[in-house]
Amino acid sequence: MSIKVRFFASLAETVGRREAECAHAEGLTVGEVWARVTGEPALPEGVLCAVNHAYSTADHALGEDDEVAYFPPVTGG
Amino acid sequence: MSVRIASEPFDPYDELRAAETALGERRRRVGAAATFVGSMRDFNEGEAVESMWLEHYPGMTERHLEGLVAAARARWQLDHALIVHRVGEVRPGDPIVLVAVWSAHRAHAFESCRHLMEELKSTAPFWKKEQAASGARWVANNTPGSSAEFEPR
Repeated sequence: MSIKVRFFASLAETVGRREAECAHAEGLTVGEVWARVTGEPALPEGVLCAVNHAYSTADHALGEDDEVAYFPPVTGG
Repeated sequence: MSVRIASEPFDPYDELRAAETALGERRRRVGAAATFVGSMRDFNEGEAVESMWLEHYPGMTERHLEGLVAAARARWQLDHALIVHRVGEVRPGDPIVLVAVWSAHRAHAFESCRHLMEELKSTAPFWKKEQAASGARWVANNTPGSSAEFEPR
């Protein structure tokens, strides 16, 4: 099974895409999925993460059918 | 419904009127309503801004805002709370956000309204991209929420 990966705002532009699939990701952490999908060694400082629509930390381990998202600091309101 | 993401322009005062009407008989116990309306400025960082694009994370943004409202209702005595936030293209003067709360007591209304707005600013997944004369740019950070952090006029 693969998990869905999403990027938002300036980070989507930096990475060059808004969505990706990551195969055989069960058990990997949010930080490890970032490295596998982007090719960068580690999650850059300041990048925020969410799993299944809730904030998460980089060491959170992913399960089947999870959706993980990466985005820059928020600027709403 | 206490949270709404608006992809088209909205009138905050129409939203407030509709919310008051929907309160019905509960209005009899409401002694205080506090509201905040945030609109788009035509300047930022010393430069004119022509328009703005507001992005959000459909699903997470609504869930996050609903969580903020639930936490506020657990902390303060609130009869109702409403958050409306724009996404898409916004122009100077357009309302971006409405936060409104109704309570029996003004302290609960004032404090929870301010708290909800500051939590939204610092944690809700929205991102602004400004269209300025020099080109498009993502807003890197929000301005401080305390007047003490601004230079006096």
